Amino acid sequence: MKQNLYNYILGIADNSLILGQRMGELCGHGPSLETDIACTNISLDLFGQVRSYFQYASKLAGDGRTEDDIAMLRQEREYVNVLLVEQPNTDFAYTIARHFLFDVYHLLFLTELEKSKDLTLSAIAKKCIKEVRYHERFTSDWMKRLGDGTAESKAKIQEAINDLWTYTDELFHQTKADKAMVAEGIGVDVTKLKDAYYEKVNEVLTEATLETPESKYFQKGGKKGIHTEHMGYLLAELQYMQRAYPNMEW
Amino acid sequence: MTTTEQNIDDILVPILEQVSDPEIPVLSIMDMGVVRSAVIENNTVKVQITPTYSGCPAMDVIGDDIKAALKHAGYDSEVELILHPAWTTDWITPRGRKALEDYGIAAPLGPEADKDVLLHGKRFVKCTNCGSQNTRLVSQFGSTACKAQFQCDDCQEPFDYFKCLK
Repeated sequence: MKQNLYNYILGIADNSLILGQRMGELCGHGPSLETDIACTNISLDLFGQVRSYFQYASKLAGDGRTEDDIAMLRQEREYVNVLLVEQPNTDFAYTIARHFLFDVYHLLFLTELEKSKDLTLSAIAKKCIKEVRYHERFTSDWMKRLGDGTAESKAKIQEAINDLWTYTDELFHQTKADKAMVAEGIGVDVTKLKDAYYEKVNEVLTEATLETPESKYFQKGGKKGIHTEHMGYLLAELQYMQRAYPNMEW
Repeated sequence: MTTTEQNIDDILVPILEQVSDPEIPVLSIMDMGVVRSAVIENNTVKVQITPTYSGCPAMDVIGDDIKAALKHAGYDSEVELILHPAWTTDWITPRGRKALEDYGIAAPLGPEADKDVLLHGKRFVKCTNCGSQNTRLVSQFGSTACKAQFQCDDCQEPFDYFKCLK
């Protein structure tokens, strides 16, 4: 099996899986009907994308593990998503800030992944990017509405951005598999996306009349499988059905 | 691959036109642009379909419906899901666009107009009920992944707009 490629795919897919799960939690709990539907729509897009990645990973694994097994039956330490996406839906400001901080990265990442030498990954990226563009519009729009809204909404979104800022740097860390895939022209060199990322985030924050945090203290670990305390609870919910009723299908 | 003397378009297109999108039943999968190829090999029809959105839950149903329709016409079939080239709203046929409008879903505008409508609140989308352009965006996301919610400020009717995907 092409172990590096397999690991590389999990690194991409786990971000969307965990973030999709977080957005899905808002089904029936969104602050308004429209935002509730939007969050679940975004969740559905992400799960759809995740299926494409895991179907490919399942083919590479070639050991009978299905897309469901890969998505649902790993232990916490085997998930390699960044810490940002597993942070909880503390309030709507956190939900929007978390997604916005990921969307800006996601768009830049997919734009590069489109050029991958791996034709399957390139095709998935081309498909995903169209959807993610809508996500980014939605979250950027809400950043501005909350930031340039009432005193209360501004205070809440600023707090969310300040809190979540510590998880942004990890987006640009590379694992061994990442480096190997970059060397083969398959993977994206995320270190090169950093400047464009902070520039874009800063642009939206400025328009939203918000302060860009200056903190240089960053958390990391998710890409190595070392997660925050929120991950176990998330996985319990994500995996419950598959563990209680083995072999259920999506 | 065996070649046949018959034009398979005449055989397969009418069958596939009977299959509709389960979420928008007035629209056949042919008018939707979801079917990318269909060939007959040794009496087995091989159909390639592509999803409108990655997470479109209708794809499994569409695959099953295609198989059922072909079975009914006497063919075994294999349905393959392909991602490349990625689906775009440009592949909805003129007949499909009309079917959407008649059904109450505004057909997608071009990418620039779409952006103006969704981001800058421009009033370009025509109300499917009264035809007025005095409409506004309620939400970028609607009842399915492919649609946004609108409301007409003249007749007050809410309606869906099929988002431009390019």
